[in-house]
Parts: sequence; structure tokens; C-alpha cells
Amino acid sequence: MTQLPTSTDRKLGLVIDLDTCVGCHACVISCKGWNTENYGAPLSDQSAYGANPSGTFLNRVHSYEVQPEEGAAQLIHFPKSCLHCEDAPCVTVCPTGASYKRVEDGIVLVNESDCIGCGLCAWACPYGARELDAAEGVMKKCTLCVDRIYNENLPEEDREPACVRTCPAGARHFGDFADPNSNVSKLTAERGGMDLMPEQGTKPVNKYLLPRPKDKMEEIDILAPLLAPIALEPKGFMAWLDKTLEKI
Amino acid sequence: MKDQPFVDTSPKVSDEVRKTTCYMCACRCGIDVHLKDGQVAYIEGNKDHPVNQGVLCAKGSAGIMQVNAPSRLQAPLKRVGPRGSGEFEEISWDEALDLAVSWLKPTRERSPEKLAFFTGRDQSQSFTSFWAQNYGTPNYAAHGGFCSVNMAAAGIYTIGGAFWEFGQPDWDYTKLFMIFGVAEDHDSNPIKMGIGKIKARGAKIISVNPIRTGYNAVADEWVGITPGTDGLFILAMVHELLKAGKIDLHYLAQYTNAPVILDAESGLLMRDKEGKQLVIDHATGKLTAFDQKGVSPDLNGKHTADGLVHKTVFHSMVERYLSAEYAPDAVAEKVGISAGRIRAIAAELARVAFDEAFELDQEWTDFRGEHHTKMVGRPVSFHSMRGISAHSNGFQTCRALHVLQIFLGTVEVPGGFRFKPPYPKPSEIHPKPHYKVTPGAPLDGPHLGFVHGPDDLALKEDGSPARIDKAFTWENPMSAHGLMHMVISNAYAGDPYKIDTLFMYMANMSWNSSMNTKGVIDMLTDKDANGDYVIPQIIYSDAYSSEMVAYADLILPDTTYLERHDCISLLDRPICEADAAADAIRWPVIEPDRDVRGFQSVLCELGAKLDLPGFVNEDGSQKYANYADYIVNHVRKPGIGPLAGFRGDGTNSGRGDVNPEQLDRYIANGGFFVEHIPAGANYYKPWNAAYQNWAVNIGLFDSPQPYLFQLYVEPMRKFQRAAEGHGERQPPEHLRERIKLTLDPLPFWYPPFEDNQGDENEFPFHALTQRPMAMYHSWGTQNAWLRQIHGINPLYLPTKVMQQSAFKDGDWAKVTSAHGSIVVPVAEMAALNESTVWTWNAIGKRKGAWALEENAPEATKGFLLNHLIHELQPPKGDGLRWANSDPVTGQAAWFDLRVKIEKTTVPTESQPNFATIKSPVGQGPSELIWKVGK
Repeated sequence: MTQLPTSTDRKLGLVIDLDTCVGCHACVISCKGWNTENYGAPLSDQSAYGANPSGTFLNRVHSYEVQPEEGAAQLIHFPKSCLHCEDAPCVTVCPTGASYKRVEDGIVLVNESDCIGCGLCAWACPYGARELDAAEGVMKKCTLCVDRIYNENLPEEDREPACVRTCPAGARHFGDFADPNSNVSKLTAERGGMDLMPEQGTKPVNKYLLPRPKDKMEEIDILAPLLAPIALEPKGFMAWLDKTLEKI
Repeated sequence: MKDQPFVDTSPKVSDEVRKTTCYMCACRCGIDVHLKDGQVAYIEGNKDHPVNQGVLCAKGSAGIMQVNAPSRLQAPLKRVGPRGSGEFEEISWDEALDLAVSWLKPTRERSPEKLAFFTGRDQSQSFTSFWAQNYGTPNYAAHGGFCSVNMAAAGIYTIGGAFWEFGQPDWDYTKLFMIFGVAEDHDSNPIKMGIGKIKARGAKIISVNPIRTGYNAVADEWVGITPGTDGLFILAMVHELLKAGKIDLHYLAQYTNAPVILDAESGLLMRDKEGKQLVIDHATGKLTAFDQKGVSPDLNGKHTADGLVHKTVFHSMVERYLSAEYAPDAVAEKVGISAGRIRAIAAELARVAFDEAFELDQEWTDFRGEHHTKMVGRPVSFHSMRGISAHSNGFQTCRALHVLQIFLGTVEVPGGFRFKPPYPKPSEIHPKPHYKVTPGAPLDGPHLGFVHGPDDLALKEDGSPARIDKAFTWENPMSAHGLMHMVISNAYAGDPYKIDTLFMYMANMSWNSSMNTKGVIDMLTDKDANGDYVIPQIIYSDAYSSEMVAYADLILPDTTYLERHDCISLLDRPICEADAAADAIRWPVIEPDRDVRGFQSVLCELGAKLDLPGFVNEDGSQKYANYADYIVNHVRKPGIGPLAGFRGDGTNSGRGDVNPEQLDRYIANGGFFVEHIPAGANYYKPWNAAYQNWAVNIGLFDSPQPYLFQLYVEPMRKFQRAAEGHGERQPPEHLRERIKLTLDPLPFWYPPFEDNQGDENEFPFHALTQRPMAMYHSWGTQNAWLRQIHGINPLYLPTKVMQQSAFKDGDWAKVTSAHGSIVVPVAEMAALNESTVWTWNAIGKRKGAWALEENAPEATKGFLLNHLIHELQPPKGDGLRWANSDPVTGQAAWFDLRVKIEKTTVPTESQPNFATIKSPVGQGPSELIWKVGK
């Protein structure tokens, strides 16, 4: 079994804003593109043009309908990738040490050359955030774009995960949760960022911002002040108009 | 604990980055294409680009799978089997062009109108129309007629510009953003960016859509309206705002034709000898031209002459919209929104527009010469698209929305809706339609345009339609984009005449781009008594093995978007922002590995072989070697060419001589050009002297063109008057009453035509499609990554229907309209109007197309609603072919569709099920392990 570090210097992760995510899947495909070409084995696709297309993705968007007690149903788009947990069960379950959590930044990675594709880590992850690549036989997962965020071949402004750089709605934020003044720490504090399934005891680093309350507009009856009638028919209206125009 | 493994955190990203323009949808973002060993390794957004500022959607990032798609056509093809079989032989380009010339040249000498040239998802319309104009056929248009011409025409006639991607909310200041009928659209990434930006500020979004997906899912308030009733809802809000006096009187008086005097007898606007609209000056009480310095137009002005009292446009509007028929209580049931909620939304619009009004410390001078020290902002903005426009009452509905915007004073003000250059511009300075045919010679002018009365209709001397699609006729006088959806149907029927050759580009007419798909397939394959095809010759250009390929006789294979030149031109549909003029190019960042050519380059060559003026030099030689040559060297008028940037010696913007280095300059600049509008010129543009002068300098106009917003659209009244019997040009009898009703110069609501055709109880549900954000029509479905997101498209049913009919997800339903039936899988959706069913657009595929395997879910479970929608209304017994289109513009009324739903036994596959097409490109590989870098 593999040990977790007792602590990490930094806690890099994502804040994902469910209030703003429009479910466009930009992050899903940007991730697929970067990670097919970069870290480790490419993310392969089986039955790519066939009956059961099924490829490896490190990030997926699920959509859920929510029916409140009162009012209209809502649709929530829920992007999900590895949450880089502090108590990551996928690491401790790994029989070869291939899965590990980096001491310097807390990123959970798979060292593919040590991975035997046994799949235990995927079973252990309560979030379903790991996928075994069918072509390569190794476990794939979000690397937080470890090969982008420190990459000296990229302009500094581009040293962020591909999903964050591409998100059109700005619903994804990257930063260091160990730093209380970081953008992600502040956002989490301001908006009450939540752990996903805290009862699992995994202490996920990534945080989710909940959708703001919706459909709260109260109906207005005919006498509400904002729409108090100045006239009910054209003649009266034009008289009001003349009076008003005189004042302008 | 053992040592951590070494991770290379600074791998080489690519050998080279080439910056071009995306073409995975109509948004036209800037992209950075990373190359390794000359191959595309990764695509990301260009951070400097005005449209997307670095972000990129799923489609854009999946471009790598589009460029390498197995469905790419490989070489020119000549049909050898029957149409529809998919049996072709590969031929050389010389043979292909010779064959095309052998068809097109005799037609041009004899009767050029017998070529119908229509383009689909084309982004080079100023070029393709130029080609068609030089050929001499009047039968050219792009796909706007079945896309969203109602929105374009209503906007341009009313406010001098439209939503689409031609304007945008003032994302920096808006506090309330209200969207109507928007799923995913042309301004795809900018809208997402804007929503993110305003949400971060705490601004609110109200969405009006029967279906709560996408942008509607993140809206603070969702209004699940009944389809086709948006106009009624909007006018009910107008009613409430008027009744409460919550309208911008100053704005109406200064910048719109609300104070213009209507001739009480004719209903035409009163004008002076120069044709200027007349108002009563509040100060003098006299009739005065609207644009005079110091004039204070009186919204309640009256002019008495010849015993008649002539009143203002505004007076007519007050009379109409204060009427009880538009009261919230009167409309609530029909629109599916309670009266209290209608009032609440109207009140919120009023509160934000007026109580949260603000001022920018920005001086400006209006077109009357009056100087202002501030700019008043009203932070309410709107956006709208296909959901309200693709109805037979869509034009009037879109107009109603513009009236709402104008009453709130929120167009072109800080916080409101803003135009992007070359808009705003008055409808009068757009071209009018041209249709005069001369054998062997060019057409007399541009095909498409804006009519201003019966005299502008495209009618022959005998009154019959000049165009094959019957655009600009009494059936749909203001059809500014043509009616692509009627071309095949009319050509087949010989109504108004037969054609020799159908020539199409990027238009999947035998599948998802047609109504009545099966009927269209039959029309394309039917033969006459002599055994000849009724539509004799079909030429088609596409980059991919789409369903339409099988129905053409000659295929001209196009390149993918990374292998070609293009210009996203100010002459066409540019990429401007509200604060800047901008245009862009595509250039071959990779070379094709197949025997394919960019379609526009092929047209340059074909034009020369046909001796088309404009495509040959004086000595008869080919004028433009290819499209790139045209982009740089074509001069539309002195100093103006397809690209506005880096003209002359490279320092001129807008106007300037041809610069042979222009494309290199674009490439060096990241593939685009941008010229910012100076501060003080960037709001109030239609009336802002500084903006007007800037627009003249950059070449958008030749002289300042200030104008009033046209609440009252006088050209419509002219058509009504003709229907009432005035004037020489008279509509046919059967259309008189419809024209009198529907060409009303003030917006009103009438039920979508399909509501009146069948029994509402027999077909109780509205059936809609939505464009998925991660896919763009059929061109995305072949994409190995995107089809894993949207590979199937169930018919979504509201919870109540699921329960009533004991449906479970995955059950099958027979869906029947007045026109036909389909059998499809269903799934539940709760966040859905209770009388609406819907599915994703264009996921369904035909077997054998797009290099997909025959058992791909797109072909076995996917489906099109198109089979349920006819291009014609059901026969009325008068022997006439009534188009299923808006009677004003001819917009295809897709969203009028009504259906009934019945549970059915599980079929083997979705129905109807078509025979497999033989693929001209084989099938894609079963596994993709993609990595280009070594």
C-alpha cells in the first residue's frame, strides 16, 4: 500500500462555480486535447466511429435535474474531475505505489510506468474520477495539468490547467488553497465553497460553489407601486403625456 | 516513503503555433494551432483575439478530430450509380471543372436563371454572391431563410441592426440580461463570457424559453413560455409599462419615429419635399423635419389639414398597446405565464431601466448638433435568437421585442444592447434586391437586400416570381435572406419555373437542412417521362461525406478549415465588437493530404473558365489565381476590399490601396485586425456625430447616415396599401387578406399558422429542437470526441406526459404531426414547458454517411424532427402551394410544429429508417490512439 504525505507545501486545486457553468463541455474537450497529446499515454477512444463510442476522459460534465419543493425544476451542470483529496483513498489502495500525492503541491498523479492497471484505485475513489485507458491499460486521471502549470515553455499567463484557461463562462478557477489570500481561498470563503461528499472523509481539495437561489421573483398584483397605472386608456394616457412633457 | 517519481513539468508544447480562425461553428474565435512535426497537436483559444479572448468551446478544442476525420472527401467525384446510391468514381480536377463548365456555360448563354446557386454554412457570402452576380443568375442566397431571417430583418428594419452576432449587451454595465429563445447561437463564446462576467458582478438573468438548458439553466429566473406566444408576452409587458408610464419619453422623442406624424388617410409617414420624416416641434407647434437643430419632437403632436387631424406614431401605439387584449390577465393562459409573473417581470425591467439608470461622464454631440455632457445608461439588455424567430409569426414577434427595448430606452446606451460595426445602419442604405437577367451577362446588381415597397419586389413583367425561391414576392415580400428551404421544392414543381443545375455548398439538403427530408430525397431522385432527373444536374461542394453527397452528380471536395484561406470580412459577417471594427482570416496552417481544393478557389477557376466578368482579366486570362489572391486584390469600390486591415503601405485601416503583403500582416498579427472606436463615439452610435464620422473614415459608409429607430415600419404599410387596392402593383387576390393582416407596420401577435391548421386537441404538443453547445449541426456529429457527448438524441418529454402515458426513459414513442410520423426513443425532462417536447438538433445520421459505422447510435437511435415538418402548409383545396414560412420574410417556420405522442412497441431502430448509402470514403477506424508528438 502507498502512503500519503502527512502534509503538502501547497494545496493546488480548482474552484468550480455551479452557478455559472452552462454545461458547454469546453473543459471536457480541452482537457481531452491537452492530455491526449501530453502527460503519459494518450487518452484513447474505442469504437470511435462505431456503435459504442467510449473513450478516456479526465473530466466530464454531468447534468442533473433538481425539482425543488416549490417552483420550477432546475438543471444543474456538474463538471467532475479528480478532487486531489488530502486523504486520497486511491493512493493508499495502490499496490505498486504508482498512485501518489505530490509533497510540493498536493497533486495526485499516476506514475504510469508503475501502474499495472489493476483498477483498485478507481474502485476506491468515491467520485468515479479515474478511468482506465482501454488501449494502454493504465489508469488515467486529472493531473491538474502538472505539465502546464509549471511549464517554462508556456507564457506565464498560460500556466494554468487547460480546463481553466478554456472555460468560456469563467466558471473554473485554479489556485493554492493553502494560501488564504489566493483567489480560490477567497472565492471559497465568499461564496461558501463546499466539499463534494464530505462524509466520505477524503478531504477533497477542489471546492464547488453552489448555484444561487433561483426563481425567487414574487408575483405582482395589479396595485403594486412600480406599475401603478397613470392611466387605463389612451385618452387619459395622452393627457398624462402632455403634462409630463411640459415638465421635461 | 520512497522518492517521488520525476515528472517533466516543462515539456515542449509544440514546434510552432499558427494563429487562425476557428470554423467549428459560426462564432469565429481566434485559435492557436500548435503543430508538432507539421501536424496539428493541440488547439486552444487565442488570448489576443477580440471574439474569444483565449477561451474556446468544446467544438473549437475538438477541431483536431474534424481536421483528421475519416469522413473527409478525398478527391473530386462523378456519380456513376443512381442518385442516392453513393456510387461514384474519382475524377481529376480538370475533368470535374470541364464537366461543370459543360453544364454551366450553355445555361448562362441561354437562361442564367436556370442555375440555382445556394450556399449553406458559408462564411464567404460576399464572395459567393459576387460570383453568382457575375454568372448572371438571380437565384442565389445563403441559408438565412431557414435560419433566422426574421431576427435579421426585424432588427434591421426597426433599429438598423439585429441580435445574431451583430450586437451584444453592454457586458460591463448591464444589470439585467433578458434572453428570448436562445439555446446556443452564433455568438457562442462571447455570450458565455458575458454571462460569467455579469454573474460575477451579481447581475441578474431572466430567460424565456420553453426548455431550461444551457444559458436558461443558469438564469436566475426561468420563464417556460408556451412556444409561439413570445410576441404576446412581450406586448403584455409593453402594455404594463405604458400603463404605468414607465417608458423613456426623451429617448422616444429624440431617437425614434414615435413623434413622426402619420397621414390619417394613408397611414404613411408625413415627409417634407426632401423625404425627411416630419414631427411637430414642441416649441413652435409646427411641422418640422425630424433632424433640425433644436427641434423638440412632440410625442403627442397633432397636425390638422384638410379637415383631418394627423397624429403621431406614438399615438397609434398607445391606442393599440393599452388595449385590453394585451393586458396580462388576457394573455396569461395562452402564454403559459401567470399575469402576476408577467407584471413582476415588467416591473423588474422598469425598476432596473429607470431606478438604476446611471450616467457616464462622456461628452458627445448628436446628429442634430446638440452637445451632451453625459451619456445616460439604462442597464437592461436583451438577446434573442431562433426560438422566437423560427415561427410563422416570428417577424412580428422580433419586432415586438425591439419595441420593448426602445420603450425602455436601452438600445445603444450604456448598460443596454450595443451594435457592432458595420451596424448600426438604416435599412434604406442596404441594397435592394436585383433580379434582372440578361443571357450571357451579369445580373444587374446584388441579389439580396431590403425592399421598401411593392416597387422593389422581384417580380417579372407578368407578375410571376423572378426568383426560384419566390423571395421578394407577395408571398413573403421582405425576404431579405432568400428562401433556401423552398429551392428544391419549387424547382421540382416547376413553380415558378424549372432549372438546369442546382449548385450547392455546405448545405445538407437531403438530410438535416431540409424540412420534409424524405420528400426532398424523392424530389432529388425523381425522373420525368423521358427518364431524366426532374432536377437535371446537381453540383455539390462539401469537405465531408455528408448525406447530401450521395444526391449530387458532381462533387467538388472542399478543404477543412485549417487547410484554407478565408476572410471574415466587413463586407460580409465580420467579427467586430461593440467597441471595435475587426475582421480576420483563415490561412492554410496545414496543407491538405488529399486531392481537395478550397471551394472559393475553385470558384475563381470556374469563373475564369466561364469567362465571368470579375473573374477574367481584359485579355481573358484568369484574374484571381485562388481565393487568397481575391482576398488581397479584389476591390469592391475604390479603396475598399474584402479585408480592412493593413491596407496601402500596411498602415491604412478601412480604406486604402491593395497591399500585396496584407495576408502576411494578418498572419503576423495573429490572424485578425482590430480598430477601436474612440471613446465618446462608442454609444448612441446611430445618432452620434463622432461615430458617424469614424464610420465614414473607416469606409463603412461614404457619408454620415444618422437615422431614427423605426417603431412604425412604413414599407410594411405600403404593402398593406397595395393589398387594399392602392397602386399599380397589386398582390394576387388570394394573398390580399393575409397581407393586410400580417404586414402590419406596428407589431402585433397572431397565432402561428400551424395552430390553426390541425386540431389543437389532436396535436397537443409543440415540438422543438435545440442546438447542443458541444456540437454544431451535422458537421460535428462525425467528430470522434464530440459524438461521445451527444451521440444520441432522445425526445425529451415533460414529466406530466411521462407519467400520464407511463413512459420510462428509453421507451419508444410514435410522434405524429399533420405531415407524418416518426418512432423515437424518449426521456424525461422536468424543466420543460408542459406542452412542449424537444430533442437535440441534427444528431440523427443516415447509415453510410459521415464514415460512421452502420450501427452507430446516430443512425439507429438518432432521428430528425425534419420528417414531421413540411415545407408547405397542408393543401387548402385551392390548388396553391402555401409555404410553411413567415408571411413577411419567408423564414422557415420550423418551430410551429405540433405533434401527438403515443407509446409504441420497441422497434429495432428509429423510424423512418433509410437504406444505407454507399460511403465514398469508407469507414473510420475502430480505435483512436492519437498523439502526434514523438
